[in-house]
Amino acid sequence: MTISNSTTAPRPPTSPRKHRASFVERTVAELSHAMEQALYAEELAHANGLLQQLDPRVKVVGLLALIIAAALARNLAVILALFVVALVLALLSRVPFRTLATRVWLGALLFTGTIALPAIFITPGQVLYRLPLFGWPITMQGLSSAAYLISRVETSATLALLLILCTPWTHVLKALRVLRVPVVFVVILGMTFRYIFLLLQTARDMFESRQSRMVGALDSAERRRVASASVGVLLSKTLNLSSDVYMAMQSRGFRGEVYTLDEFQMQPRDWAALAGFLALAGLAFWLGR
Amino acid sequence: MTENVFDVQNVVYRYNTEVTALRGLSLQVARGERIAILGANGSGKSTLLRLLDGLYFPESGSITAFGEPLTEERLQDDTFAFAFRRRVALVFQNPDVQLFSPTVFDEVAFGPLQLRWPKDDIRRKVNETLDLLEITHLKDRSPHRLSGGEKKRVALASVLVLDPEVLLMDEPTAALDPKSQSMVVDFLIGWSGGAKTVITATHDLDIVSEIADRCHVFRQGLSVAEGTPDQVLGNQELLESSNLIHAHRHAHAGGEMHAHAHFHLRHEHTHAD
Repeated sequence: MTISNSTTAPRPPTSPRKHRASFVERTVAELSHAMEQALYAEELAHANGLLQQLDPRVKVVGLLALIIAAALARNLAVILALFVVALVLALLSRVPFRTLATRVWLGALLFTGTIALPAIFITPGQVLYRLPLFGWPITMQGLSSAAYLISRVETSATLALLLILCTPWTHVLKALRVLRVPVVFVVILGMTFRYIFLLLQTARDMFESRQSRMVGALDSAERRRVASASVGVLLSKTLNLSSDVYMAMQSRGFRGEVYTLDEFQMQPRDWAALAGFLALAGLAFWLGR
Repeated sequence: MTENVFDVQNVVYRYNTEVTALRGLSLQVARGERIAILGANGSGKSTLLRLLDGLYFPESGSITAFGEPLTEERLQDDTFAFAFRRRVALVFQNPDVQLFSPTVFDEVAFGPLQLRWPKDDIRRKVNETLDLLEITHLKDRSPHRLSGGEKKRVALASVLVLDPEVLLMDEPTAALDPKSQSMVVDFLIGWSGGAKTVITATHDLDIVSEIADRCHVFRQGLSVAEGTPDQVLGNQELLESSNLIHAHRHAHAGGEMHAHAHFHLRHEHTHAD
């Protein structure tokens, strides 16, 4: 079979203008990226490291205790010591510093730095330096409060990320039960986590299928129309899916109350780790008063 | 006399009062029978399975399960509901609908937990079922990371853990690769062992003679024919009028076009010793 190159055949648009992704398309692409990151996190959660081997409940309670200690500490050295503890935990749990830097440190620094920056200049106190041209004073007290804010945020965020990276998300949710989070809440969160991937996949398939049938760029009004139609279809699919899922639950005996199986079992090393975390948090709290 | 598991009498079911899915359907299912419900898309097969599983209720007509009326009111009663859910299991066509738990282990444990089995029994039974379906290695995995065939196995495990007497299967081979299809069929042949009742809704004629002893052909919400797989599969006119086979057009050498009725069946073969 040959395909003629007839002059009557539709020609591709001559305009070299590249198709600009719509807001929704970019959102779906970003969410897909987040999905890939979640899969990477799941692989890391099954690595053979220190935190990975601990009972999830110990990690939730222990790391939360360290985060609270960092938040309450009034001594910069204590906060920095807790940051070093977080780094050691990351090292022993095979979490690359590069992952921590890209996921937490840079973002937290930018976000908190933006908030902390004015404090350097507007906090009254002993002037260390004056900015040339502007003459704005940098005070000792201003630097100190910015350092407290940034170090607290960096330490807390690193500890929280270690919990997420070293524990399968499903176990994190179940471990929330130890904090008296109601079982129905845990189950709903678990189902949300489960189906968000399916719906993201559906959304991505819809956009790719549309993309494969498109030649040239749509104008913005048309893009909005197509995006809103896609959102409508996705919503309708979601409603059908939720109705079917409910029936599948009913079919296996669900009668309005959820029961779950808690298969976590504390080992001696979990008790030792819990004692270690609590002792460390207690010490940090006492030294950082 | 063989005891009926289900007795369906003149059942009418409508979706949103507009689309009539079943129009006065009647059929009986005896204990230990393997029945295939054949029909094109929209013929009412899936609706019947959901009615038999007590998920939908007829607008008129009646359904009796194990000699008792299967109604919304009866299923409000805990004792009846627990006994019924324990005895009848439905495997949905789309396994994603059925796999809503965070991990495979949780998924298989869901049914027994809702039926309030002792937790030690649940752990033991879940592990046995995972072994039976050869999916123990998947037990900590999230359902979204499984292949289509693996999802189907987990969906099967999630209902078989209850050791049901009746298994309702909705399009069990749909969207599966040939190896996974073969796994499902082999499982159905091996599992029933003559003691279990299996009702399979399908339009895959390739598997019918292996999974069923009796067939119902559905068209527009009614059973238009009933018989053994040989009787039904041998009736070309019936299959064609029920949209289960289609005209296959192809060209012969010389460009002559030719059309004939066409459907796919496993080929006959001999085993060389």
